[in-house]
Amino acid sequence: MTDKPKVAFYWCASCGGCEESVVDLAEAILEVVQLVDIVFWPVAIDTKKADVERMADGSIAVSLINGAVRTSEQEEMAQLLRRKSQLVVAYGSCAQMGGIPALANQYSRERILRTVYEEVPTVDNPNKVRPQPDYVDDAQICVHLPEFRQRVRSLDQVVDVDYTLPGCPPTPKLLAEALHAILDGNLPPKGTVLAPDTALCDACPRKDSKPEDVGYTEFKRPHWTILDPEKCFLAQGVVCMGPATRSGCDAQCIRGNMPCTGCFGPTSRVHDQGAKIVSSICSSIAAEDSDGIESTLSGIPDPVGTFYRYGLSKCLLRGRVDAVDAARSSQEGTR
Amino acid sequence: MSDREFEPRIVAFFCSWCTYTAADLAGVSRMKYASNIRIIRLMCSGRVDPQFIMDAFARGADGVLIGGCHPGDCHYISGNYKCLRRFHLLKRMLSDLGIEENRLRLEWISAAEGDKVKRVVNEMVQQVRALGPLDLPGRFGEWDKEVRELDARIQQEHDAGPCEAHAVKESQA
Amino acid sequence: MNGGNGDGDLRIGVYVCHCGINIASMVDVEKVAERAAAMPHVVVARDYKYMCSDPGQQMIAQDVRNHRLNRIVVAACSPLLHEKTFRGAVERAGLNPFFFHMANIREHDAWVHENRDEATTKAIDLIRAAVRRVGHHKALERRTVSINPNVLVVGGGIAGIHAALKIADAGRRVYLVERELSIGGHMAKFDKTFPTLDCAACILTPKMSQVKDHPNITLWTYSEVAGVEGFVGNFKAKIRRKPRYIDEETCVGCLECIEACIFKEGKFPDEYNEGLSKRKPMYIPFPQAVPQVTAIDPETCLHFKTGKCKQPCVSVCDRKAIDFDQKERIEEIEVGAIVIGTGFQTFNPTDRLPQYGYKILDNVYTALEVERLVNSSGPTGGEVVLRDGSRPRAVGILHCIGSRDTKTNIWCSRVCCMYSLKLAHLVHERTKAEVYNFYIDMRAPGKGYEEFYNRLLEEGVHFIRGKVGGVTDWAMVPEEEGRLVIRVEDTLGGFVRRVPVDMVVLSTGLEPRADADDVRRTFNISCSTEGFFLERHPKLAPVETASDGIYLAGCCQAPKDIPDTVAQAGAAAAEALALIDRGEVELEPNTAYIDADECSGCKSCLSLCPYNAISFIEEKKKAEINEALCKGCGTCVAACPSGSIIQNLFEDDEIFSEIAEVLSDV
Repeated sequence: MTDKPKVAFYWCASCGGCEESVVDLAEAILEVVQLVDIVFWPVAIDTKKADVERMADGSIAVSLINGAVRTSEQEEMAQLLRRKSQLVVAYGSCAQMGGIPALANQYSRERILRTVYEEVPTVDNPNKVRPQPDYVDDAQICVHLPEFRQRVRSLDQVVDVDYTLPGCPPTPKLLAEALHAILDGNLPPKGTVLAPDTALCDACPRKDSKPEDVGYTEFKRPHWTILDPEKCFLAQGVVCMGPATRSGCDAQCIRGNMPCTGCFGPTSRVHDQGAKIVSSICSSIAAEDSDGIESTLSGIPDPVGTFYRYGLSKCLLRGRVDAVDAARSSQEGTR
Repeated sequence: MSDREFEPRIVAFFCSWCTYTAADLAGVSRMKYASNIRIIRLMCSGRVDPQFIMDAFARGADGVLIGGCHPGDCHYISGNYKCLRRFHLLKRMLSDLGIEENRLRLEWISAAEGDKVKRVVNEMVQQVRALGPLDLPGRFGEWDKEVRELDARIQQEHDAGPCEAHAVKESQA
Repeated sequence: MNGGNGDGDLRIGVYVCHCGINIASMVDVEKVAERAAAMPHVVVARDYKYMCSDPGQQMIAQDVRNHRLNRIVVAACSPLLHEKTFRGAVERAGLNPFFFHMANIREHDAWVHENRDEATTKAIDLIRAAVRRVGHHKALERRTVSINPNVLVVGGGIAGIHAALKIADAGRRVYLVERELSIGGHMAKFDKTFPTLDCAACILTPKMSQVKDHPNITLWTYSEVAGVEGFVGNFKAKIRRKPRYIDEETCVGCLECIEACIFKEGKFPDEYNEGLSKRKPMYIPFPQAVPQVTAIDPETCLHFKTGKCKQPCVSVCDRKAIDFDQKERIEEIEVGAIVIGTGFQTFNPTDRLPQYGYKILDNVYTALEVERLVNSSGPTGGEVVLRDGSRPRAVGILHCIGSRDTKTNIWCSRVCCMYSLKLAHLVHERTKAEVYNFYIDMRAPGKGYEEFYNRLLEEGVHFIRGKVGGVTDWAMVPEEEGRLVIRVEDTLGGFVRRVPVDMVVLSTGLEPRADADDVRRTFNISCSTEGFFLERHPKLAPVETASDGIYLAGCCQAPKDIPDTVAQAGAAAAEALALIDRGEVELEPNTAYIDADECSGCKSCLSLCPYNAISFIEEKKKAEINEALCKGCGTCVAACPSGSIIQNLFEDDEIFSEIAEVLSDV
């Protein structure tokens, strides 16, 4: 053990992309490793929960936790790391606001389990066996499985979070900046999202190609059309979340000729990213009558999936409000 | 809610020039309508941010009513059209999020239509009463019970000290 | 100035108004004040009989001094009524006037609910919201803009004429725009006016020529307002001047061209005489018309119809005033205030009440037609005669035609009783005929009106109380033969009568003009349910509209007689002058602004502003709002996808706190 600051990485419900992004620091990671002691990183080094449990409370300088929180195990780990760490950073879109996994909040737990364990055509499960949290095996040993929660949560819906690094995944540049800020003790107020607080258009290479009045007459999904590689997506009638999304990603998707899908989340001034882009885009529809408006909007068949692709946990309604198992509502998401 | 009939809570966003004035007129004319409504004054229905509507639901509104000037009559020329466009997509999105259609309503009510304020409010209260409580704060609380239970257990384990932790876990199982 | 913005040093005073018993009878004001006292940051909470009274306002000032208050909430009537009053009180108390918010517990609560507990709860909710909201209020400065001193008067009836003269006499420039060829309006068609029976022409025509000669009045007849932009003090209006095919500057009104017209006799219905006489395609609406300029009706003029007229009118006009090529012109003017006096139309009974036989039976007339018949400059030179030229022996005047009836118009037209009495007197005087008035209620509430009614009773005019069921020419007894029979239930006598007469006069009511809705939109004002233009407040602001700087005069606002119209026109003129003489007008500081550091330059807002107040600054690649152009609707604020536009007085935090508190049951 050295007296270098200790750093922990953990992943909850995540795809692994955030882990990759750490590795994407490339050579810079060597510099980081020199400055810090990585004490816990399940994906890369062989440390166990018990090792963390043995650490003194507050002994880890910073834990960077990625992924949404769906299981009781993830909750426990988040709790544990919170206790052991001076700082907790929500790392990436999923930890920040639920991410792609949070789209499951449109469905009840029962519906998800039924689909996955019973209805998917490739599943062969005649007895309809489901994962069982507690299982006593032949040797009379009780095995515990984590519980699958009702809802997908962002990290800050489970534990107190100090900072957020946005992105799916965060860029190595933002990570390096954040680490240096932490190591230098040069930190902004608690709760800050460690990325610029302007929307993506500020940094968009296509900014100049957007006309002053778009006047939407139709919306096209990206795969319905050949995308002009120079022109503002919105000006092409393709939904781009850029105006409602924090910058800091270097407009990578735009450079790859794909519209922004909103992974950096909203600016600090916005309570609900989806509501805001709805307000902005709809205001500029050309039609003034209900039929014309509806016909224009028919190009957005799935507003929740479009505007809350990464943020459904942080939607003010937190997902489909009747998609729960509890006796409260017999209705359930059917979409 | 006990055994009393459920009384819905309706938050209304009225534009100052038409619908808010109409509600004033309803008052001056001593028309009587259901008291379930709380009116918030904005200058124009174009100021109605979809965030306001979603926030109202999230904070316990059972219904949200927007009132603006009739098409062509907006004091600011076209704010009500912007409101209408947002309303269309928002309504569909809210329906995808499990909010029943009748919980969100947009009405054009001119400054002279005090009687329409009365009718719309009464109608909406009746419709939302029939839908029952939305009670999102309550639902959120119920969803998060699972998190709080785990919090409590972990706290208990922590308080018990590391050596007893295992025993506690077993007894819970 | 006390002006702490930090949450920690908020010191809020809450004042709950009883409004006599208006609020207190339905809201437990003591309880509300008690609950308000316990709300966060509330230092003082009081209830008081009349908060808007001087002692009420003094109370606020005293508390600000004694308790170092820095935010004020008044729970009383609608902010649309008294927000200004209380902001003034707050300002006099040494605070920024915008450190104030009002909870509407009268119009939106006490007056519309019937359960005291519910109304009390609602009042507490609204006050809690106001208390939390006012904590977010910022110190703001009112904007002032200078006022253009010119006034546009729309409509050249007695209302517009009177308002225009008053304003012009005060030294201000007036543009008077009249749709018809001459000013004068309905009043110019009348012979005598009730109850004094003075001659309408004698009192109106001098005013008409004053308008024409007034150095401060620009009179545009045969013109319409095509569009209005701008706001109080700074309106821009487009006036469409329709071609009359006569050069107004050149024509001296010698009327030789009419004489010379290829049509030797009048052939087309004369609008001024309600179609009771004929005119030529070249005409002047009536002898006293102002301006004294002829006009050509292109619908009937042979030149326009066939191109083959010898044009004797042109050859007779030595001033070369006739111009067949005249085109419509648009004049653009800038004015600071607008007076609307666009008048009314009379109810047309043709299809809507066929049971009275109008346009079916020969000798059924509307009152306005009879006004022309009794007028010495009318089609019969003042002789009251039937269509066949004979004198009626008996005349029936039917009140309330198209008034006070849910099937037509629900309102009382206010003038019909009195003009019916006037016509009864005039017809009786001219013809010695028996005159019967059929009325529902006799309404004579003006100065000298009841006396006039008594005079008519003494003159031997018959009054039958009952709403006429119908008029028929089907005779049941010999004496009805060849006459019109009025069927009515005499509700005083208690039996049904048939009254044979020779002439029926329908006292048609007053209603909004058919295009009132278009006019309303042009000026961005409101109509009341029945379609008359809506005043800002029925008692306290009867000539103002909800749009600052636009005033109402005459029957466009509601039916009224000439004295009331003139009084209202004078009031409208006074309001317009008061506005102009202020020199500048204070605007609500509810404008929006963009934080340049936060704006991403996404351009989403640019096209949303109807006033083009938002522009894109190319050097910075950011949007910017010109606050002088911003009218404070907040549409761009709601639409800004990164939350970078803020509307003063309606900031997101202010609205969110209201939402939170109206829903946070304690």
